[in-house]
Amino acid sequence: MTLPLNDIIVLEFCQYLSGPSAGLRLADLGARVIKIESARGDACRKLAIENLWADENDSLLFHTINRNKESFIANLKDEIEVAQIKKLIAKADVMIHNFRPGVMEKLGLGFEEAQKINPEIVFAEVSGYGSDGPWNKKPGQDLLLQAKSGLMFTSGNQDNPPVPFGLAIGDILCGAQLVQGILAALIRKEKTGKGAKLELSLLESLLDFQFELLTTYYASGKLPERSEVSNGHPLLGAPYGLHQTSDGYIAIAMVPLSDLAETIDCSALLSYSETDLFEKRDEIKTVLGERLKGGTSGYWLDKLRSKDLWAMELTDWKTLMGSNGYKELKFEQKLTNGKYATKCPIRINRQNLRSERPAPKLGADTADIIKEFGLN
Amino acid sequence: MELLKDILVIDFSQFLSGPSASLRLADMGARVIKIEKPDTGDICRNLYVSDVDIEGESTIFHAINRNKESYSADLKKEEDLKKVKKLLAKADVMLHNFRPGVMDRLGLTYEQVKEINPSIVFAEISGYGETGPLRELPGQDLLLQAISGLPLLNNNADQPPTPMGVAVVDILGGTYIAQGILACLYQKIKTGEGALVQVSMLESALDFQFEVLACFLNDGHKLPQRSTVNQAHSYVAAPYGVYKTQDGYLALAMGHVIQLGELLSCSALAEYTNPKEWFDRRDEIKKDLAEHLQSNTTDYWLSLLEPADIWCSEVFNYDQLLQQEGYKVLDMELVVRTISGTEVKTTRCPIRVDGKVLKSPISAPGLGYNTEKIDKEFQ
Repeated sequence: MTLPLNDIIVLEFCQYLSGPSAGLRLADLGARVIKIESARGDACRKLAIENLWADENDSLLFHTINRNKESFIANLKDEIEVAQIKKLIAKADVMIHNFRPGVMEKLGLGFEEAQKINPEIVFAEVSGYGSDGPWNKKPGQDLLLQAKSGLMFTSGNQDNPPVPFGLAIGDILCGAQLVQGILAALIRKEKTGKGAKLELSLLESLLDFQFELLTTYYASGKLPERSEVSNGHPLLGAPYGLHQTSDGYIAIAMVPLSDLAETIDCSALLSYSETDLFEKRDEIKTVLGERLKGGTSGYWLDKLRSKDLWAMELTDWKTLMGSNGYKELKFEQKLTNGKYATKCPIRINRQNLRSERPAPKLGADTADIIKEFGLN
Repeated sequence: MELLKDILVIDFSQFLSGPSASLRLADMGARVIKIEKPDTGDICRNLYVSDVDIEGESTIFHAINRNKESYSADLKKEEDLKKVKKLLAKADVMLHNFRPGVMDRLGLTYEQVKEINPSIVFAEISGYGETGPLRELPGQDLLLQAISGLPLLNNNADQPPTPMGVAVVDILGGTYIAQGILACLYQKIKTGEGALVQVSMLESALDFQFEVLACFLNDGHKLPQRSTVNQAHSYVAAPYGVYKTQDGYLALAMGHVIQLGELLSCSALAEYTNPKEWFDRRDEIKKDLAEHLQSNTTDYWLSLLEPADIWCSEVFNYDQLLQQEGYKVLDMELVVRTISGTEVKTTRCPIRVDGKVLKSPISAPGLGYNTEKIDKEFQ
C-alpha cells in the first residue's frame, strides 16, 4: 500500500514526548522523519521509565516514541552545521520543534528564517504555555501542566486530593493536535503552494481537552464536583462510574435507572426518579454499590448485556491480551531489533499501518543524509 | 486562507467522538453538515449533564457542535436518503460512528458511497473494530476505559481503580480519526484517490498507553503497580507526584533526588544516592518528601525550587486558573451567540495558524436549521 504521506519530509527538532509523538504518527502515515539531534542526543534517550533500557545507550522509552525515524547529528551553534541544516530545510515539507520559546530564533532557525529558505515550509512549534505571557519560560512538563490546567480535580472521588491522570495526557494530546494542524497545512500547501506557521501549547491542549467541563463551568460559575462515590466524570449523574463486585469491578455508563433496577433486581433504586440522577448521585451509587457487591462481575455483565445496557468489566492488560477481541486487532508489532511495540491506531483501506523499523541510533543517518542532499 | 477552505464534510456522527473530530475540521475551515434524525437529532442534544443547560439543550452539545450546519433527514425514508446521497456526491469527507451493520442496512457502506463519489474519504469510528467478538458492544467512553485497563493507572494503590474524569477515549478517538481523514484528504488532493479510514475507540485507548504498553510487552508482562504515596505515573521514579503542603498542593516532576533534598533541606533524601533506587524505592522516598513538604507553604517551596529550574508547579482548580495571567494571555475563551441571541462561552480550537487564533463566531445549529437552504443548494 502507498501510504498517504509517502513524499513528505519532516525535520524533527524535538525532545521527550509531545513533538516526537507527532513525528511518530507522521512517520507511520508514510512521512520520512529525520530527527535533528545534538551530539548528546534527544534527552529522552537517557530517560528510562521502570529502569528499562533498549540497549547500552538508549532507553526503551526513547525507542518506543522514536521508531520509524532517522537521526541526523548537528551542532546548531556551529555556523557550518547550521548551513547544512538550512539546506535540509530547503528540501523539507515540515519542521517541528519543541524548544522553549525564543531558542530557534536565536539559532537563526525561527519561522521567518525558515520561510526565507523555503516559502512552502509548514513550521510547527510546541511549547508548554504559549510564546507570550508570564509562564513562557517555565518547563513544559506534562505533570506540571496537568497541575496548572485544573485537570487534577476531575478524577477520583471528592474526598481524594488532586488526582493526576497516570499517563502523559498533555504531551500526547498536544502531539496529536499538532499532527492535525500539520496535515491541514499540508493540504493547503498542496492546493496553493502556501506554507504555514502552527503554534500549540500543552496548556491550550489540556484546556481544549476539558472543553465540556469548562463550557459548563463558564455557564454556571460553579467548580465541577467529583462524585463522593465511584466518580466516573464530574458532570455525570448516577449510575455513571466504576463499581465494585464480589470479584472485581464493572463500569456502568448512562443507563436509565428503572431499567437498571429491573435488570439487576434492585428495587431500592426505584425510589429515585430520573430527576434525582445528578443531585442524589452519591446516594444512588451507594445503593447500587451494595447490590453489586453481592454478585460477580460476570454475573452482572450477563444480565446487563442481555438488555443492551452499557456496562463493561474492568480488565487488566494480561486478561485483555488473552482475549480474542484484542487478538483480532493485531495491535502489536515486533521490530527488527527484537523489541515489541504497538502499532498506529489508524487503518486505511482496511490495512494496518505497520513498520518494523526501530528507533535510530544517535546520528545513524548523518553521513547518508549529507550525501543524499549534497550538504557538504 | 483557512487551511481547509472548500472542504465539505458530511457528518452522521453523534455524541462526542465523531462530532469532536468534525468540530476540529470546521475550526480549520471545513464546512461541516450534520445529518440528524428529524424530531430527536443527535442524542447529545438531550444529554443533560450536571444541572446546566442552554435553551433546553445540553451545554456540551453546544460546545461540541458549534460552527456546523444541521440537515435533518430520515435515512429510512427513500426520499430523504436520495437527498442525502446528493450531498454525498459533492462531499470530500463522510464521517460516522454508528455501530457495525447500521450503514449496511441503510445502504451507505464505503463500497456503496464510493459508487456515488469515487474519491470520497469515508471515515468511521467504531468501539472495538469492524470484526471480532467485541464488535457489537456499545462504544462508550467509560466502558472503553474499563476494558483497556486505564483505571488501573490512576490514584494511589490503596484507592479503588480510578477512571479518568474526562471522556478521554472519545476525545482521542476523535483526534485520531481527524488525523486519518486529513492524511487521506492530502492524498486525495494529490492523486484524486479516496480512501476508507477507520479508527476504533479500543485502539485509541491502547495507543494512548503506547509507552507503558511497550514496557509491559518488553518487561516480561509485569502489570503496572500504582505508587502507595502520591501516585502520578506507575512507571516513573520518585519524586514524580503531587504533594500536600501547608496551604495547598505542589506537583513535582522528574528530578534529581539528592539535589532536591539539598534544595528543600530534606535530609532524609540524602541516603538515596543510587539513581536506580529512585524507582525501586520510590514509595519510601516519596513518603519522606511528603512529610517534609507539609511543613511549609507551596509558595515557599516554589521559591526554593524554581530558581534551580526544578520541574515543579502549584496545583490550580478552575477558579484559581482563570485568575492567572498565564491563562488570560492564551485568549482561550470564545463566545458564540445562538440564533435566539443567547451567548455561550466555550473554548476555541487550540491550534494557532499563521500567528492567529481560530475563533469562529458561529454557534451550534438548531435541529434541521439549514435543511431548506442546503436542499436548494444541492438538488
